[in-house]
Amino acid sequence: MQFNYITERPYRGLTEDQIYEHGSFFTYPNSAFDAQRGSDDYNAYLDEAVLAEQVGFDGVALNEHHGNPFCMGAVLNVEAAVLARITERVKIVLIGNPIPVSRNPLRLAEELAMIDLISKGRLVPGWVRGSGPEQFFNNINPAYNRELFEEGHDVIVQAWTRPGPWRYEGKHFHYRHVNPWALPFQKPIPPTIIPGFLSRETAQWAVAHSYPYLGLGGPLKPNADLSDFYADEFAARGLQAGPENFGHVVFVYVDETTERAQEIGRALLFAGGNANFAKAQHTLPAGYNSPAAIKRLASVPQGGWLGVTKERLDEEKVDIKAASIAESRRRTAANYQKMQENLQIVVGTPEEVTTKLKTVLRCLRPGMLFLMSPFGNVSNEDRRRSIRLLGEQVLPPLRVEAQRLELTDMFQRAPGSVALAPGQPRAPVVDRIAIDKHNATLVA
Amino acid sequence: MELVEKVVQVGGVSVVTLEGGAGRPLLMLHDELGFPGWMRWNEVLAADRRFVVPLQPGFGRTPRVDWFESVRDVGAFYARMLRESGLGPVDVVGFSAGGWIAAEMAASDPGLFERMVLVAPLGIRPAQGEILDFLAITMRRHVMATVSNPNAQELTTMYGGGISPEQFELFEAARAETSRLAWEPFMFDPTLPHRLAGVRGLDTLIIWGEQDQVAPRGCAEAYQQVIRGARLEVIPGAGHRPEIEDRDRFVELVSEFLQTRLPDHQLSGRKTSVRVN
Repeated sequence: MQFNYITERPYRGLTEDQIYEHGSFFTYPNSAFDAQRGSDDYNAYLDEAVLAEQVGFDGVALNEHHGNPFCMGAVLNVEAAVLARITERVKIVLIGNPIPVSRNPLRLAEELAMIDLISKGRLVPGWVRGSGPEQFFNNINPAYNRELFEEGHDVIVQAWTRPGPWRYEGKHFHYRHVNPWALPFQKPIPPTIIPGFLSRETAQWAVAHSYPYLGLGGPLKPNADLSDFYADEFAARGLQAGPENFGHVVFVYVDETTERAQEIGRALLFAGGNANFAKAQHTLPAGYNSPAAIKRLASVPQGGWLGVTKERLDEEKVDIKAASIAESRRRTAANYQKMQENLQIVVGTPEEVTTKLKTVLRCLRPGMLFLMSPFGNVSNEDRRRSIRLLGEQVLPPLRVEAQRLELTDMFQRAPGSVALAPGQPRAPVVDRIAIDKHNATLVA
Repeated sequence: MELVEKVVQVGGVSVVTLEGGAGRPLLMLHDELGFPGWMRWNEVLAADRRFVVPLQPGFGRTPRVDWFESVRDVGAFYARMLRESGLGPVDVVGFSAGGWIAAEMAASDPGLFERMVLVAPLGIRPAQGEILDFLAITMRRHVMATVSNPNAQELTTMYGGGISPEQFELFEAARAETSRLAWEPFMFDPTLPHRLAGVRGLDTLIIWGEQDQVAPRGCAEAYQQVIRGARLEVIPGAGHRPEIEDRDRFVELVSEFLQTRLPDHQLSGRKTSVRVN
């Protein structure tokens, strides 16, 4: 079992009120950016990764967003390159590089090979399509997003594995000379992970490449449904999926008292994925999703993740102010409780957090767990205390539990290395009884 | 008036085409949100003209054509349709991005058309202002931005009236296809004015609503400048849909230009518009 530390790199100079009033993080005017603040924040988050390594995490993970104050990591390869040199042991897990956004997969192949070499083989690349705002910010045609993603990925893997020089004429990419000198340290390619938010299309694509799927959040049951879908597709390829095929992200904050943890942990909601802090027109650019998916969204009266609800799709005004700020606050507070009950957010003392995370491990049986630090304006002191408590008091008992549950990770057993005999049903990949048991406590 | 749905084969693609009215054919190229429905202005002109309305590939009814990469490609495809159907030379009326398609067809082969009406056409970068980035706003807002008056007659019946999940799906298909064709540069082709400048002898009427929030005046003016002899009519008070916002004036301009005979009662109640030469 592999435990990873991750944080968005929130710019800690904006208040919740400012974002509520503006309606979203994305498009917030950059005249509010203070260079000293930004410099301090970037360095603090790099220091946190070093701390995470010191207290016992197995990996440090990075993501990226563009033009978005809740995550200043706009070019994650820059940070990954720094981590390659200032950490010694941890995996550097990228969740991930938005291939379409880069416009140049060959350059991505070069950047990642350099990071893998400098880190002496600790890179775990991950590939994503990039969320809606990423398409707007980088002016990437959303209607070609999936094509760009798939073709770009193939270019990268070929650039790493097929001896050059060779010429490439594809649909979206064309290279007259593919021959990157620096190739990855890890052979044939660095172990790769595919993040997604309950996306069956992405899971299907991961299956086709025997990549593990990393669930970026959501309640237990939808994640379990996605894992079963993945495992069924994997079985159709004659392969048995196991914990090595799955990762899971939980938002976590640990403190010495329950009250303090609950108070500071509220910042776990102050992020771009929250419907109150994103706008539908940026989240769902035309062509990014299938028309059928839009129809489904338009048919469901609630929803709310990623800024998309029926109400917002139906919104008449550009500036979404359908709900007052007070109403938005009420919804955010309600989400905090609900997401804790669903174990999407886990806050509390080390004992409380350990108990809840054990439940997550039992239910979803992931080989990799990603513990995400709060967004928003939490002090370095509080953030670092949480990381220390996680490493020193939460990870040790979780490792024991993971051992008991036989949660092998992708480095212990390569995904796709277990064949399924013809006609043999696949083994379960999640624990439905444990999920039902947990969900029963919610009803009560 | 009964609309007849036909399927026309073009290069292996089944193009769903709506037809209504009687008389000489009039090709109608709908806008970037899809065919808005049979409106009163259609009804009036249909007394003397047979509308032929192809539903653009990829917009939900006609399948997507996977080799399309630009509006110019759509124009080439429709040009083939006209040649193979023996319809041309034909009169054409194109709305917004549909006007751009018509202009692309004219630029490559002016002989396809007898006369051309471009209504609030996109496709050329305005000298001043910018084409509304309607892909950066919600669908609902996009629809509302096409009129200057949210209480415009017939707006509530456009696109089937209201926004049902099914209509959302069609809008998404239309917007996705538009994105595929014209995401970058957004809704114009810098080469189009140069290609249009060589066109001779094509009678062209450009209609633009003075309150248009989607296509700045410069779009219409740019067309007038590059198409020799083109006439620009500005309709005060109307937005991006003068055909419903000032239907009488719109019908008057178009019928006169296309030499179409109107039912008697349509000739009364003339309104003014500003002719720009």
